Amino acid sequence: MLLDVKDLTVGIGIVEPLSGISFAVDRGEILGLVGESGSGKSLTALAVTGLLPLIGGRITSGSVMFDGTDLARLPETKLRPLRGRRIGFITQNPMTALDPVQRIGPQVDVVARMHLGLSAAAARAKTVDLLTQLRIPEAAVICDAYPHQLSGGMKQRIVIAMALAGDPDLIVADEPTTALDVTVQAQIIHILATLVKERGLALILITHDMGVVAQICDRVAVLYAGRLAEAREVRPLFAAPAHPYTAALIGCIPRAGIEPGALKGIPGTVPGVAQYPTGCRFHPRCPKATEICLTAIPQITPTPGGTVACHHALEVAIV
Amino acid sequence: MSDLVTLSGLSKRFVTPGGWLSKPRSMMAVRGVDLSIPKGGVVGVVGESGCGKSTLARLVLRLIDPTSGSIRFDGTELTTLGTKELRRIRRRMSMVFQDPYSSLDPRYTVSDVLTEPSAVQGAGLPEGRIGALLDQVGLSRAMAQSYPHQMSGGQRQRVGIARALAMSPDLVVLDEPTASLDVSIQAQIIALLQGLQRDLGLTYLFISHDLGLVRYFCDQIVVMYLGSVVERLPHPAAAARHPYTAALMASNFTPDPMQRRELASLTGEIPSAFALPKGCAFAARCPRADAICRAEVPELKTDSGGHAAACFHPI
Amino acid sequence: MTTLAPRRALKETAILRALRSPTGIIAGVWLIALVLMAIFAPILTSYAFDAQNLPGAYAAPSADHWLGTDEFGRDLLTRMMYGARTSLSVSAIAIGISVTAGMILGASAGYFGGRFDRAVTMVVDLTWSFPEILVALMLVAIIGPGVTGTMTAIAVAYLAQFTRLTRAQIMAIKGETYVEASRSLGASDSYIVFHHLIPNALAPVLVSAMLATGDAIILEATLGFFGLGAQPPTPSWGGMMSSGTAQLFKAPWIILFPGLAVAITVIAINLFGDALIRALDIRAKSRGT
Repeated sequence: MLLDVKDLTVGIGIVEPLSGISFAVDRGEILGLVGESGSGKSLTALAVTGLLPLIGGRITSGSVMFDGTDLARLPETKLRPLRGRRIGFITQNPMTALDPVQRIGPQVDVVARMHLGLSAAAARAKTVDLLTQLRIPEAAVICDAYPHQLSGGMKQRIVIAMALAGDPDLIVADEPTTALDVTVQAQIIHILATLVKERGLALILITHDMGVVAQICDRVAVLYAGRLAEAREVRPLFAAPAHPYTAALIGCIPRAGIEPGALKGIPGTVPGVAQYPTGCRFHPRCPKATEICLTAIPQITPTPGGTVACHHALEVAIV
Repeated sequence: MSDLVTLSGLSKRFVTPGGWLSKPRSMMAVRGVDLSIPKGGVVGVVGESGCGKSTLARLVLRLIDPTSGSIRFDGTELTTLGTKELRRIRRRMSMVFQDPYSSLDPRYTVSDVLTEPSAVQGAGLPEGRIGALLDQVGLSRAMAQSYPHQMSGGQRQRVGIARALAMSPDLVVLDEPTASLDVSIQAQIIALLQGLQRDLGLTYLFISHDLGLVRYFCDQIVVMYLGSVVERLPHPAAAARHPYTAALMASNFTPDPMQRRELASLTGEIPSAFALPKGCAFAARCPRADAICRAEVPELKTDSGGHAAACFHPI
Repeated sequence: MTTLAPRRALKETAILRALRSPTGIIAGVWLIALVLMAIFAPILTSYAFDAQNLPGAYAAPSADHWLGTDEFGRDLLTRMMYGARTSLSVSAIAIGISVTAGMILGASAGYFGGRFDRAVTMVVDLTWSFPEILVALMLVAIIGPGVTGTMTAIAVAYLAQFTRLTRAQIMAIKGETYVEASRSLGASDSYIVFHHLIPNALAPVLVSAMLATGDAIILEATLGFFGLGAQPPTPSWGGMMSSGTAQLFKAPWIILFPGLAVAITVIAINLFGDALIRALDIRAKSRGT
């Protein structure tokens, strides 16, 4: 495995927004990191990229093994050369990820010049090549454009190009398509999936869309209220969700042909860090919850194709 | 079933004001839309940003004035109505907005929000009406004194729905009511809207960018692209005939890893409405486009089954 | 998550919350004490503000005259208390007029837009491009010195600020969905202006008015210093400082104490204004937690 996260626990001040998160992703694979807002997806991404200090957080225990090195133990001075070079990051909002007063070309060039030590001309050639691969027409002309002259989908491709410019091994993409139109969304997802296979990249795709996960991911880690609910290969997970939360998330997707009234949603909302319930954190919203769920934290146990943390995992899998 | 709302040839042109140095520019946000909403029906309007679906929603309620065309609501022509008559008829139509954060005044409690419709209409609020409205949308009555900032997005949207129901309207226009919510909350809200429609016999005009959601929720679907209706599906399971609708359907991700599809690679993006190409607006991105598509605008033709498409080369 | 707040709680407690911070409470105590001193000046002192006592002129601070006496032997503390009446009331009333007029102008310009908005914006930008002191001096020159002249001058000098602020607030709030929602229910323009726009624009405008009152006290004192403010024998802090300049070395307290009063009051108003901004925190409140 290129990236192996084990028992990751994150603290911010006195609260512990993430506890005991474990998942792994290898080259040529896409891992979907899913959950509702407030489940801890973005925080996990920050922990993996070593950006927690930005928001005043730190890894309090566990390990983030990246190609044999534990990122959790690495000081910032050793982490910085990794970011952009070996780990690329694609942010949620392409509208604010680019510097509005700089032309596109130099913004992408700088990554290869800084991390790979390329000359200005070589970096530009690489940029044009990358943009062409991302199916941007007339890439050389686009390099001279300013961000405001481009559409949202085009800007998101530039952001992806920046993440790729350092020839990384791992890319973390935080909801890269939520701000885009549906047809453009499909294009971008398609581009990302192709890149992973062609370049042997590992991709962590943070999303709340189980449809995207089913279509392109190889593995899935489902988070709920800062804990891991289920981490498995995609096929067994969709065939028989082991955690009621996963089942509920899949059940939330409207699609043609399902019975009217079949879409119920999940009652209630994700609790904030300060109101995490005792026992299994999902119990107040769970249709399967029993006495034990209120008191005992479910252990992470093996299940076909991965792991699950639920007292009633077997029953769910059968149903 | 008779129609509650009939739009014919409805158009809206927006003009951006010119400044000291720039000329005013104009764009057609909605171009000659014909649409009818049957009483008790749920009609979905689907399209991407800039297709004019939100403008259409506001035209139906005459929140903005159309440039041309007519809007008939239960036999009354809205476009020629005076201020007073328009206010009276507003009791019978309401709207739920996309953003549950900015659609509630931060200084208003839930009870203030729900009182506003009757206050504006100069009508009294029957005893217990607020409690009944809160029950209807699944909120606790204790919430009446809460402020928006004390509530979650889903709860706020329920308040927005309760406000829309306050005057017992016939028509509710839903402008992407779940677009800013989590999927889990979206499903809750959609279930609530379905229940209300059934119990109160409401008529919905549902605006969305999510074809999957529209196909689940609506009886009839209208697909818009750059201000025009390109296709009208008489029932949600109907197969697409317009290549754009087909592309929208293909962009929808099925939540089943066993049914993986090669994702449709619709190239290019939506052109600017300020500089529309000649001919079919979709031609530049269309895999089936040829010379005629780039020269002439296709008409919306309806077949015997009520299925309409505006395309020279339908699927 | 859901704490139930009574209807008016937000507004009523903003000032109390401001008083809860240490700087807020010190500033608040000073301002309240000052207002009380100004109101109850006749009770608090046994001297009259215009009672001359030439043999006792230039007396240094003592048990009889806590802050000393001026060139006519008048008790300085007494004159400062009465001076506070002039300074505070002139500034507060002037700003009050300015805020009211500015809100009406700004709200109508922002809401209706069009030609009226362009005209208002042009005039406002024109006055905005001159320093307040210059505008005020020009106006006093036209109207003539005295309390009325000073008040009008200050009111006009700050009009641009409040008009601009209100207009910007209204323009921003006008685009909020709840305004559109209100219109979709059938609300009229005036309903929207009085039920949504003005209440939501009010807090920042009032805070800015509070801070402007501090500046207005300085402006009033400056006009008084130039002899353009309240005319003798009516005491004002600016006037007292002006007469103190002649005796700067002989009796420094004559200029020192009114100067200190102006400085401390202006600092207190600013500190209290800051505390109020923190307590109101309108932006944070309107968004989710």
